[in-house]
Amino acid sequence: MREAGGPYFSSEGHGAARVLVLAGEWTIEHGAALEEAGAALARAGQGAQTLALDLSSVAALDTAGAWVIDKARSQLAAAGVDASVRHRDASQALLMKEAEFRSFEIALPASGSPVKELLSDVGESVFNAWRDFVGGISFLGQVVYTLFRALLQPARLRFTSIVYHIESFAFRGLPIIALINFLVGCIVAQQGIFQLQQFGATAFAVDLIGILVLRELAVLLTAIMIAGRSGSAITAELGSMKMREEIDALRVMGLDPIEVLALPRILALIISLPLLTFLADISALFGGLLVAWSYGDISPEVFMARLKSAIAFNTFMVGIIKAPFMALVIGMIAAIEGFGVQGSAESLGRQVTASVVKAIFMVIVVDGLFAMFFAAINY
Amino acid sequence: MNETRMIPANGAPQELAIRVRDVVVGFGSKLVLKGLDLDVRRGEVLGFVGGSGTGKSVLTRAILGLVPKRGGSIEVFGQNLDHLTPAEARRMGQRWGVLFQHGALFSGLTVGQNIQVPMREYLDISQELMDELAFLKLDLVGLPRDAAFKYPSELSGGMIKRAALARALALDPEIVFLDEPTSGLDPIGAADFDELIATLQRTLGLTVYMVTHDLDSLYSICDRIAALADGKIIATGTVEDMLASDHPWVRSYFHGSRSRQVMASRAAGARG
Repeated sequence: MREAGGPYFSSEGHGAARVLVLAGEWTIEHGAALEEAGAALARAGQGAQTLALDLSSVAALDTAGAWVIDKARSQLAAAGVDASVRHRDASQALLMKEAEFRSFEIALPASGSPVKELLSDVGESVFNAWRDFVGGISFLGQVVYTLFRALLQPARLRFTSIVYHIESFAFRGLPIIALINFLVGCIVAQQGIFQLQQFGATAFAVDLIGILVLRELAVLLTAIMIAGRSGSAITAELGSMKMREEIDALRVMGLDPIEVLALPRILALIISLPLLTFLADISALFGGLLVAWSYGDISPEVFMARLKSAIAFNTFMVGIIKAPFMALVIGMIAAIEGFGVQGSAESLGRQVTASVVKAIFMVIVVDGLFAMFFAAINY
Repeated sequence: MNETRMIPANGAPQELAIRVRDVVVGFGSKLVLKGLDLDVRRGEVLGFVGGSGTGKSVLTRAILGLVPKRGGSIEVFGQNLDHLTPAEARRMGQRWGVLFQHGALFSGLTVGQNIQVPMREYLDISQELMDELAFLKLDLVGLPRDAAFKYPSELSGGMIKRAALARALALDPEIVFLDEPTSGLDPIGAADFDELIATLQRTLGLTVYMVTHDLDSLYSICDRIAALADGKIIATGTVEDMLASDHPWVRSYFHGSRSRQVMASRAAGARG
């Protein structure tokens, strides 16, 4: 009964006065058949002077059917046909009245010229970047102020929270960070050996690994992993608290969300990242050692001796010094983006993405700035 | 069947839209519904009440197939939902519409696109007709036409409910499930929404299954009320039947101070 029994009609009478008798199911489930029947209705009525659409044999009617029928009627009326509808009963009449044809011409919001839109987009981005920068500076000020206030009253430092976050950032993040650094250590060592072999300088691969890993790679990879793993977690956590008005609840209790939520996380990151960097150094060097042994025939004893002469304490410190600054940048961006979440879930997703992208970008910028700084002071 | 489906069959015994028998639903070791029976007749507005956490939403979700049941049978339009072929299940999706408590509008789509989602999925009609029908549904639920171009996040709570109702009505379903349609609306908005449901029910001949806490809705638009407690339907019938019931929960619900106030104001309204 469903697919069969679609809408159809038959024409009675010819010339000036006609009756179109509609039958079958004029319902939306017949889809294209319904639309086609409506168009056919309008065609069949063309040229008549008076036309009646007789609905008394219609098996089923819904708003879509009523709409299609009334649309045909109004098209015919516009073409000068005196078209009318004969209902069977009150409920049909009510339905036809509800679905009466009306024009839906709406002024769509006019779109400006593409050039104008492009320029306004660029302007908006520049403005937003500047606003982010100013917002970041002011947030940094708040964090530092809160930190000093907390240092004066150490009870406000929330050690439990800091330890909890160190566990989740450093301890739980350690396996993946150690693994990634191990693999990158292996890869750098392999390429170093292959390229230096051509000059008969295989042994210098150890210098390459040691300096590259300690100064740049370990800290950079660790910071990027932390930005992706913990920065996103912080933003999501603070953002969902913001969404559910938990942050407002803290405020009205007289608590400072930066002190309660942001500071412990940022401090935990600042403590965690140097620790992780140290372990990342070890695992990357270990990866390099294994590859140098298997690909370059450099025995572990030779590797260690060579490494000792190639690097100094400052090589190690260059990497470690950068870690807390990167942690501060990641933590601040994560907290700002988290507090910036609006009411909706899409906003949360957007802010988490923005947090990770901005944090990774800023980590690399900070690394570049440090590279210039260390070069300038010959460290 | 020379009869539009808009007209509820008035002769007794009325045709059943939903027939729930001995349904058992549980989570873990806790049983929420313990052998529940419920009938919803075609063309009626059934109000479904029960205390918080008694399983009103669970039953609704079980009927819609969103929660697995452990036993019993659920028939909608005479078809057992456990024995549907995929094609029949798709067909069922066109015959019922659901208004979720928080609207559940797709946030990435405008209201107009939301209303057109079921049309796009099920029908091969032109974009022009889809646009016209979407606007028609907006008119039906009393939303301004420019709402079609807005995203759900730009709408107020009441507008979201109306837009979600428009989407539920997109395919002219025979039955609509309303989950607390007036919760979160101010009394004026709630009364408007009740009025809207009553009008639509009359015009479109809908069967309405409504989970609600709103005493005003129960008194003003429900033909019958079913009360849920202890995992079973403890009473069904009109408001008068509910008032006459001996069950302690039903008594406290319908004879509580709020209920008496609603009745008093309705009686005063009727006299005035």
